[in-house]
Amino acid sequence: MSNVNEKPEENGIVLTEAQKRARRSRSIAIAVLLGVLVVLFYIVTLIKGPGVLNRPL
Amino acid sequence: MTMQTDTAHLSSPLPAAETGVGPSLATPRDYFELLKPRVMSLVVFTALVGMVVAPGGINPVIGAVALLFIAIGAGASGALNMWYEADVDALMARTAKRPIPDGRVPRGEVLGFAMFLAALSVISLGLLVNVLSAALLAFTIFFYAVIYSMWLKRWTPQNIVIGGAAGAFPPMIGWAAATGTIGLEPVLMFLIIFIWTPPHFWALAMLRKDDYARAGIPMLPVVSGDRETRRQILLYSLLLAPVGASPWLLGYTSIVYGAISVVTGLMFVARAVQLFAAPEGKATELAAKKLFGYSVLYLFLLFVVLLIDGGFGLSFGQLTW
Repeated sequence: MSNVNEKPEENGIVLTEAQKRARRSRSIAIAVLLGVLVVLFYIVTLIKGPGVLNRPL
Repeated sequence: MTMQTDTAHLSSPLPAAETGVGPSLATPRDYFELLKPRVMSLVVFTALVGMVVAPGGINPVIGAVALLFIAIGAGASGALNMWYEADVDALMARTAKRPIPDGRVPRGEVLGFAMFLAALSVISLGLLVNVLSAALLAFTIFFYAVIYSMWLKRWTPQNIVIGGAAGAFPPMIGWAAATGTIGLEPVLMFLIIFIWTPPHFWALAMLRKDDYARAGIPMLPVVSGDRETRRQILLYSLLLAPVGASPWLLGYTSIVYGAISVVTGLMFVARAVQLFAAPEGKATELAAKKLFGYSVLYLFLLFVVLLIDGGFGLSFGQLTW
């Protein structure tokens, strides 16, 4: 138990700087795309108005 | 036996990427490459033509949203294709640098990424535009990934004849997004791309025959030889010329489209005759290269003229805001 407390940094996978940079760029891309998607759905809802609930073939 | 050795050799430097074990170095650019952006741009363009040519018009924002999700659906198909074809891609010079064989994105992640995008595009198109266009998009993704990539491609030399349908659906999806229905005009646009696909891809396959043979893909030039391929290219070109002119012949477009489609269709046939009559060797290669280049220009030109003739000339003024 005491060993775990003394060397917590040795547990699990330790990312290299390049891996951290790649992960960060992927996280930012996901965040931006999610934001765009939210805005897109919002705009389409405004445009369609009540018609947003009407989805004909 | 040789193929197995080659596969092992090419994949061995990239164990982490092949197995998906270990932290990833993949960047957003790598994931974007999985979407086959060049194919995606052709899909967006032909879908746009289908949308603009359709009667009644569509709200520009809804139209743009439809194009975005059609593009994402096309990208999902491309990524599914890359996921399934990774072993074959590693054996061909043209595809060896794709993200999976190059070891940049783990194969399992590509499957998850592609399935997510496929679901996102179909559901969003259904919610924000209409159900028919979403259903057609779902069928197109299924057709390209399952019918073409998984079944036809490694089974029959007719792979791209039937599989070409997947690339022909986008104008129909664009039309369905604008109208909620399917008419004869989008079917004609479908037929133009469908008949155009075999001569286009066979000309390319003649140039990349060794690659396809090494990967064990039964493309027509590999299975039946150049002579039969050239004969088939000529036959499809003879069919393509009238099909290309059919929107005018049936009265859907002006004489401008009629004249351009007839002239360019005859030029297509002339290129196919040149290829058919070319002596074996360098002359054949050159003729195939010329036909391939011309085929891209031919399709692009027909759809640009359709866009201007049927779209901007008649329907654009009726867009509903």
